[in-house]
Amino acid sequence: MNDPELDAWIDAGTALLGIPIQPEWRAAIRLHLTITFGHADTVLAFELPDEAEPAPVFRA
Amino acid sequence: MTEPPFPTAAEIAHRVTDGALRAADVIETTLQRIAQRDPVLNSFTAVTAHRARVRAGAIDAAHRAGQRLGPLAGVPFAVKNLIDVAGLPTVAGSRINREHPPAKADATLVVRLERAGAILVGALNMGEYAYDFTGENAHDGAARNPHDPTRMTGGSSSGSGGAVAGGLVPIALGSDTNGSIRVPASFCGIFGLKPTYGRLSRAGSFPFVSSLDHLGPLARSTADLALAYDAMQGPDPYDPVCADRPIEPAMERIDAGIAGLRVAVADGYFRAGAGPEALAALDHVAAALDAHARIELPEPARARAAAYVISTAEGATLHLQRLRTRAADFDPEVRDRLIAGALVPAAFVQQAQKFRRWYRDAVQKLFDGLDAILAPATPCTAPLIGQKTFVLDGVEMPLRPNIGLYTQPISFIGLPVVAVPVVLGEGLPIGVQIIAAPWREDVALRIAHELEMRGVVYAPRPPA
Repeated sequence: MNDPELDAWIDAGTALLGIPIQPEWRAAIRLHLTITFGHADTVLAFELPDEAEPAPVFRA
Repeated sequence: MTEPPFPTAAEIAHRVTDGALRAADVIETTLQRIAQRDPVLNSFTAVTAHRARVRAGAIDAAHRAGQRLGPLAGVPFAVKNLIDVAGLPTVAGSRINREHPPAKADATLVVRLERAGAILVGALNMGEYAYDFTGENAHDGAARNPHDPTRMTGGSSSGSGGAVAGGLVPIALGSDTNGSIRVPASFCGIFGLKPTYGRLSRAGSFPFVSSLDHLGPLARSTADLALAYDAMQGPDPYDPVCADRPIEPAMERIDAGIAGLRVAVADGYFRAGAGPEALAALDHVAAALDAHARIELPEPARARAAAYVISTAEGATLHLQRLRTRAADFDPEVRDRLIAGALVPAAFVQQAQKFRRWYRDAVQKLFDGLDAILAPATPCTAPLIGQKTFVLDGVEMPLRPNIGLYTQPISFIGLPVVAVPVVLGEGLPIGVQIIAAPWREDVALRIAHELEMRGVVYAPRPPA
């Protein structure tokens, strides 16, 4: 996502969730979203079978 | 002249039990030291002086009456302020939670430590809502590193690191979701134990990411870690994640030596971004253990990425209502990360949880032929307070989200870790992780203890 797309995502998402944001917060939110989406790309690039079970309550 | 090391919990308990020292005197000395040093270190947010004096009086009375005292008799301790202390609001480093009513009861781990004779002396500074690796806090101010007060303690268990390293208490409790015990242990030059996920009860603590949250002790010796850990073990119906396992004491075998234990050094990802001091510390510990084998963990970068995604989304969900109504009252450094976390699609989080199970199975196979893995705890020594970026693998990166590079892939699957402090030359201390198989805290503690007995690792006393 480029910056305008991220800004559109931030605007739509915060409006949907009812989180009021100040203009001066936007650059940091965008930075953190960029880092997080980068990590998500890394996770999604790993192929897992359809049967893979999640670990919402994990037991070691 | 070098000052002698601060007394350990084991020494204090021994002397109180022998009658050579009164618990009341231990507490007065502790309160005096907090009053002298904490204006600089900023590790405490509340000092429970009255409670501690009452408790010390009860222990001394029990001793006079000939009653048997617990293994931590008279030992002062303090807890990260996300852990419930009866009579105090559980602020979790935030402004918002200080409006909460005081906790009605102590957290399970506080109850268990006091049952063993320890004495709570206060609550400790932390990064807001535990979403932090720096020890900075917009509301309470930054905790300061006892080895150099211009530097970070690390976080989010920042006061826990500073109070133990600064000799204010021998034992503190912290929490570790992605590295928040191991990072301050590394930067402050002390020992930290992040137990297996589900080993120690989290009942009565304010959560961050339930999927990944652990509680554990920080101390200046391995014996103190083991004493505290043993006292806190056991199932707890009030924490659904706490495992229904019997107590498996680590202290009684901590000096069993390391003969026969197979130790390897994590390679690849765990060396790639490490600074020279982190690599030197790792090599120092590996050489002492004669650990020449190198091992590649499967997909550690992806594991860290998945831990990151789960943390930000789950943490944001926890705070969603507060973000809607009180966003301006958050620490700005935390608020902006949490707002971003609220905007993460569910598909990303679910896939990260699926990957987590795959990664857990893959890493557990490594322990078929190994007992422990060594890795750096942090890529560098303590940065300066206020520092925003650092250089990782030749690239300038934001500091706050990246200090946990080496801790996140380990806590992601709940493996037990002891962080041990290394001091080389005149430099600042830095930690090395000793990572064991699930439920084998005893193995990590034995290795750490052997290193400590040989003088390879130790908690240095900071300048007065």
